[in-house]
Amino acid sequence: MAYHNPDGVMIGLEIHVQLNKLNTKMFCGCSTKYHNDEPNSHVCPVCLGLPGSLPVINEKAVEAAMKIGLALNCEIVPQTQFHRKNYYYPDLPKGFQTTQYDFPIASEGKVFIEGEDGEHVIGITRAHMEEDPGRLLHIGSIDKSKGTMIDYNRSGMALIEIVSEPDMRSPKEARRFLDKLRNIIEYLDVCDTTLEGAMRFDANVSIGGGSRAEVKNISSHKGAERALLFEIVRQKNLLRRGGTVVQETRHFDEARGVTISLRTKEQEHDYRYFPEPDLVPMRVADRTAKVAETLPELPDAKRERFTKEYGMADMHAKALTSEIRTADFYEEVAAKIDAKICTPWVADVLKGELNYRDLTVESFKVDDMVEIIEMVTQDKITEKSAVDVIRAILDSGGSATDIVKEKGLIKVEDDVVSTAVLEVIKENEAAVTDYLGGKEQSLNFLVGQVMKKTRGRADAVQAREMVLASLNK
Amino acid sequence: MITKDEVEHVGWLARIEIDEQDADSYAAHLNTVLEYFGQLDEVDMENVDPTYHVMDVVNVFRKDVVTESLTQEEALENTKSRQDGHFKAPKIM
Repeated sequence: MAYHNPDGVMIGLEIHVQLNKLNTKMFCGCSTKYHNDEPNSHVCPVCLGLPGSLPVINEKAVEAAMKIGLALNCEIVPQTQFHRKNYYYPDLPKGFQTTQYDFPIASEGKVFIEGEDGEHVIGITRAHMEEDPGRLLHIGSIDKSKGTMIDYNRSGMALIEIVSEPDMRSPKEARRFLDKLRNIIEYLDVCDTTLEGAMRFDANVSIGGGSRAEVKNISSHKGAERALLFEIVRQKNLLRRGGTVVQETRHFDEARGVTISLRTKEQEHDYRYFPEPDLVPMRVADRTAKVAETLPELPDAKRERFTKEYGMADMHAKALTSEIRTADFYEEVAAKIDAKICTPWVADVLKGELNYRDLTVESFKVDDMVEIIEMVTQDKITEKSAVDVIRAILDSGGSATDIVKEKGLIKVEDDVVSTAVLEVIKENEAAVTDYLGGKEQSLNFLVGQVMKKTRGRADAVQAREMVLASLNK
Repeated sequence: MITKDEVEHVGWLARIEIDEQDADSYAAHLNTVLEYFGQLDEVDMENVDPTYHVMDVVNVFRKDVVTESLTQEEALENTKSRQDGHFKAPKIM
């Protein structure tokens, strides 16, 4: 069924991706590995903006930008260059940000997401390169601030800003787009998205063709969904009361879940963009084919291959390819165990248990997964015990073999179960009579007793059959 | 024409205080410069490619290799305004 978008919601996103997997910053040789270090210990005359210093472009950053552009199905422009965006703020030591203006390195791409009504295309306006500003810390609370402390370790880190078309029709679609984008970025191996500040978002929101508000300071996918929900309701209420939405910048207060108007006196032309005279233009389009060769198999392609190669349902292929780590994990397991058998164990059981605990697949070993599935297929443990082993590994560690031994999960032989069945029938005459008299629940009680006697090691389905067989004799 | 208000606005953007007398005189000076640029507009540029850089050079890159950074002490050496290893600036919000 087609989605009608009753409020005429249009959402566009700007995503900053920090290229923290590079060794060095965008324009200088300072290391990018500052996350656990002292403030202002990864700085040099270039990223501190000292007079007389000269920036030089990191070739790997250009390659990473091209990779991102290509992965988003963009065109790489024949010639691109940097501009200076001038504004005064203590996080920019030079008084301007080095960024791209009218010739972004990549433009006109598209990304496919699961929309409100099936597959939905989100246009990518552009992806451009720029430098990260420093980090500001307010001394005391913001309203009673006594001053600002500045750490320039982040200053000059390479960023890619991805700008989408306003093609998302609900906060849910915005979140799906962000999830998809994060997956692609992780596949490309250009950014460790788990590091602080690795991906940051701004959103443009309008309803019913009205003016758009820009919401800044969104730092998580969940935050994005909440900020957008709040903003849409705010605009709807404003219109209902006869007001009009004004074009403005709003700040998302994550703790309170609200957006607040920011009065800015600066406008686009106040940035006085002009070509950066310290950097010469780049002509890299002829490298496109070579960079394209280095692209890994991306999520959409992998999903399609999984359905064909492993004969799995699209639902499973989607679950397994949404993160490259899960996809790699699955393929290692599938190399050892028939895909038909291992697919539900990884895609449904393991992934479900991981999601429940907010863990990633790195918390589990391929060998343990293989061993657990083999124990089930060789009829050594029950499926239920297998799930218990997976849970135990995730909750308290240990290997599959040890846990099976410790918990005594090895399935008991049939004759032990038969003995238990006979004993239970002898000891519970009342329940047997009830069952024979037509009381179905009594069967469950009897099977429960058998499971109790065998300490859960019997297969419940099998135990039930054996109880039934004995009763019907 | 550049007005006194525009001079003051540009001064604000650069966080430079410009007093009224100066603003008048700067406006006059800047208008002279603008007139000079006006002369350039008269040149026929029909078949000339735009210039993005004065040097006809492209693709100047460096390898992604770490070089030594300054120490925190060296980085903060030129300021008296510091706190806990940070530069300290006036409050901004």
